[in-house]
Amino acid sequence: MQNWPLLTLVTFLPLVGVVAMLILRGATEDIARNARWIALWTSLVDLFIALAIWFLFDPTTADFQFVEQAAWLPQFNISYQMGIDGISLFFVVLSAFLTPICVVASWGSVKNRVREYMIAFLVLETLMIGMFCALDFVLFYMFFEGVLIPMFLIIGIWGGPRRVYAAFKFFLYTLLGSVLMLLAILAIYFQTGSTDMVEALNFDFPAHLQTWLWLAFFASFAVKVPMWPVHTWLPDAHVEAPTAGSVILAGVLLKMGGYGFLRFSLPMFPEASAMFTPLVYTLSIVAIIYTSLVALVQQDMKKLIAYSSVAHMGIVTLGVFTLTSEGIQGAMFQMLSHGVVSAALFLCVGVVYDRLHTREIARYGGLAQNMPKYAFVFMVFMLASVGLPGTAGFVGEFLTLMGAFQANTWVAFFASTGLILGAAYMLYLYRRVVFGVITRDDVRAMLDLNWREVVVFVPMLAVVMWMGIYPNTFLKPMQPTISNLIESVQSSRETGHALAGHFRDHRTVRSVAFDAAVSGRQP
Amino acid sequence: MPVAAVFLPLLGSIIAGFFGRFIGDRGSQLVTCFAMVASAILAVILFVDVALHGQSRVVDLFTWMDTGDLQVQWALRFDTLSAVMVCVVTIVSTMVHIYSVGYMSHDHSIPRFMSYLSIFTFFMLMLVTADNFVQMFFGWEGVGVASYLLIGFWFDRPTANAAAIKAFVVNRVGDFGFALGIFAVFYLFGSLQFDTVFGAAPEISKATLNFLGHDYPALTVTCLLLFVGAMGKSAQLGLHTWLPDAMEGPTPVSALIHAATMVTAGVFMLARLSPMFEYAPGALATVVVVGGTTAVFAGSVGMAQNDIKRVIAYSTCSQLGYMFFAAGVSAYSAAMFHLMTHAFFKALLFLCAGSVIHAMSGEQDMRKMGGIAHLVPATYILMWIGSLALVGIWPFAGYFSKDMILEAAYAANSGVGYYAYWLGIFTAFLTAFYSGRLIFMTFHGKPRASHEVMHHAHESPGVMLWPLVLLAIGAVCAGFLGFHYFVGDGREHFWHEAILVLPANDTIERAEELPFWVGKLPLAVGILGLGLSWVAYIWKPSLPVATAARFRTLYLFLLNKWYFDEIYDFLIVRPLFALGVGLWKKGDGALIDGLGPDGLAATTRRISVGASRLQTGYLYHYAFAMLIGVVVLVSWYLLFPIGG
Repeated sequence: MQNWPLLTLVTFLPLVGVVAMLILRGATEDIARNARWIALWTSLVDLFIALAIWFLFDPTTADFQFVEQAAWLPQFNISYQMGIDGISLFFVVLSAFLTPICVVASWGSVKNRVREYMIAFLVLETLMIGMFCALDFVLFYMFFEGVLIPMFLIIGIWGGPRRVYAAFKFFLYTLLGSVLMLLAILAIYFQTGSTDMVEALNFDFPAHLQTWLWLAFFASFAVKVPMWPVHTWLPDAHVEAPTAGSVILAGVLLKMGGYGFLRFSLPMFPEASAMFTPLVYTLSIVAIIYTSLVALVQQDMKKLIAYSSVAHMGIVTLGVFTLTSEGIQGAMFQMLSHGVVSAALFLCVGVVYDRLHTREIARYGGLAQNMPKYAFVFMVFMLASVGLPGTAGFVGEFLTLMGAFQANTWVAFFASTGLILGAAYMLYLYRRVVFGVITRDDVRAMLDLNWREVVVFVPMLAVVMWMGIYPNTFLKPMQPTISNLIESVQSSRETGHALAGHFRDHRTVRSVAFDAAVSGRQP
Repeated sequence: MPVAAVFLPLLGSIIAGFFGRFIGDRGSQLVTCFAMVASAILAVILFVDVALHGQSRVVDLFTWMDTGDLQVQWALRFDTLSAVMVCVVTIVSTMVHIYSVGYMSHDHSIPRFMSYLSIFTFFMLMLVTADNFVQMFFGWEGVGVASYLLIGFWFDRPTANAAAIKAFVVNRVGDFGFALGIFAVFYLFGSLQFDTVFGAAPEISKATLNFLGHDYPALTVTCLLLFVGAMGKSAQLGLHTWLPDAMEGPTPVSALIHAATMVTAGVFMLARLSPMFEYAPGALATVVVVGGTTAVFAGSVGMAQNDIKRVIAYSTCSQLGYMFFAAGVSAYSAAMFHLMTHAFFKALLFLCAGSVIHAMSGEQDMRKMGGIAHLVPATYILMWIGSLALVGIWPFAGYFSKDMILEAAYAANSGVGYYAYWLGIFTAFLTAFYSGRLIFMTFHGKPRASHEVMHHAHESPGVMLWPLVLLAIGAVCAGFLGFHYFVGDGREHFWHEAILVLPANDTIERAEELPFWVGKLPLAVGILGLGLSWVAYIWKPSLPVATAARFRTLYLFLLNKWYFDEIYDFLIVRPLFALGVGLWKKGDGALIDGLGPDGLAATTRRISVGASRLQTGYLYHYAFAMLIGVVVLVSWYLLFPIGG
């Protein structure tokens, strides 16, 4: 089955659903109902294919798998090239996992332009999965930028009162970064003579060029992650986006930045990465502490979770640049767990928003009395977000900080304060929403989760627990790729140019200390 | 069998939690209690096997994390140390489960309560049977969550919610240190497996670790970081503020979590990591100082509290201080001995207090009690047993363990050792005084409760009393039965390899050759304290009032718990919230958005408005502009001719 074009299939299958929806005719009601079902089945089949890919994936190799290649614009050396490795595999699965959840979550809450809404989500799925599979810069860039369009529409059409402001802010912010990336891609093209990413990965870029290319990519990815101080689009976008839009935004779109760092910045520009590591550390730590404090004082549920996302993604960027196997695996895991947990938290907000149509924390309180099921579900995801061992949130945070400690104790120290602040703002949120006494009649009248909401949450609960108790399922397949990445980065730093390697210095200090103390023991 | 002992409570919790609605209150009580009884029986069998017959073992379950360098297993480690803890935890937990059947009988959500109690027990068992640092952390945080849930069990009370959050967040401060400690261990040892780490500790003790820009002895800084975690969980001075507030939870919770088991996790950690701490003398000295100071601090505050549960809570805090400085002078086995006896008599005291509160229709203020000894005779007697054990009167359990600790501290023959010894003696006096005060105020004198309350006052039902009797037997017998094994001649055979004490640090060995008065002084001050409290609260009831008025500042200082909460609130909580608002409004709003997207958008608009203003549509405006342009161009070429 390795010869089947599985990646093309998983990428473009949602478009088949889109075509089917476009030819729907009849009363608005019928179209809406059929569109929902078509979207659900298409995304479920796509999830099945993604799981099949995971199942067939060979976890022992660092090479790209399921590679497909076809000539596209041969005169420019641009080809259609797809393939995944241990880094991209789980993002494909994550995107395919969240889309059906979005479809079900929007089942009753989206009432106008249902067909167009579902089309937007299926197109979005194609673009997201395509972006993680693309092995050609042009293809990648098309998907990367294309993602903006359906998301822009989802926020701008189905969003809240300030949706137009938020949509434009989101669009322009990310576009500005991406334009610089486009320039960088052109520069790479003129250097290597091809847009093949695999070729660029093995290409040795001169040091001065690395600096500029790194910065250009950084501009794009830092906005996507988002890193402090270019994060302010995220709270606005989340607040205005419909629930499912927030789910995809937090679940997948933020990961594009982290994925970019791992796919491009580190392996292609190792020396520039070393040079800018202190910058990334600083911005990450500021993000963790700054946004955690801001989250503490929010009065809007979605804004609070949006700010907490920035803090959690700060851990990711930190982990990526520690260049230790714990740090990078932790960062990858953190992205996956954040993808599920923050998505689930936005769904939790959606549940109460659908009933009371407000996100203001102070309007709620005492939900544990009339919504015990909801209280339980929210509790589990809240604790996962806090990083409770045994849930998904712990493994990523723990491994990342462990990697950070090996790289730099200051970084680990400040980043670990996120443990305390994270607990503070999440518990405070939970207390104000779920605990306490019900004072308002409309709150008292709220009903507990209906079966459709239960159907949405149960798989997410299962995944969060699974990731917490047996994370090896996810860690194993990414290991060869990541250790290969670390090795290649380190070797190119050592054999390469005379730039003082940040990591190398650190490692030498460590090993000298050890040799002095522990004779003959290999750490 | 080990697996069943640990996972039965989890099973009970899941059944009661998810299916409570189907099996009803009675069903969930039965399920959780039976699971606990079975678990306790298995624990005792395991204890005999492991501790008395020397059959230590590790049961590997499955891999948790494997990143290449780091391998972490889910595993259950049963050596004497964990067997003791498993026994204590399951037995006390079983008693508390049964007691709760009676105590919580009027509550609306019994299945939820029983489920929480059982899940707590599961996490606690995972903590004590951990075979590596990460699983320990799993249990550590797990009991924290269970504690959070149980403190906030009555979620409609704002004080309970606040206390629950406070408990979790303060514990997280401790866990922050614990986590950094784990990172340091991995950095130094390349493993988080206890056996590997302990084996390499003597070598690593010579290394240095660069932490936050300075070089420190590697093990000292690591152990200190881990100790911060222990301080949080065991409510040591500085991170103790959550424990008294935790009394907002139902009383059985206070007995199980905040007296007998969870708060002793820090002591357990020190004993478990003795092979590391032994090579970190600086860390050990810190432990002694923190423990001794906590003991006297909490004892002093306990003197002035009026809430019956808070008195016992501060007493717990103070007794934990004893256990800590015992561990600090390398008398880990004495610390574990006191942990075990304390679990029995402190659980007993809390549950007795619960029985009193139950009898007094929910009243917790001792100033509104008094004169109920004849109404609740069984509780009264049991309370005396618990108090005598706490004060350390022969032959009750506390006598043996507390004496051993103080002797070991004296035998340490070091500055910090003497510091701990004398503070410990003073604390023993305080302990006796507030224990007497508690009993005399609660049970003796004239009734101060309303007529109605007194009318309803009744002895608790059997389902609440029988667990108390069993705990009381423990509070009487655990001392002289356990002495031989824990700290007596049989200790080496008993502990095997579970605890490491360097020969130079063996204070228990040296404690046998101390002067006579060293060991008898605690008993003397204990009797003195009880006597004085009798004088103050029975013989001359006007005396405390007069004293409080005379030393008003000191009284207020103690009553307000040394003002820790106020200082933290002023120095940390408020500034952080203010900073949050500032960063949000000023940082994100004014600065980043103002200069960034919104600023750019505004500038763009201003420029385009200006540009569009130029386009007036009047022909003569355009003609005039062209004329100016022509003039400028012509002058330019006249002044600077091309090629010229």
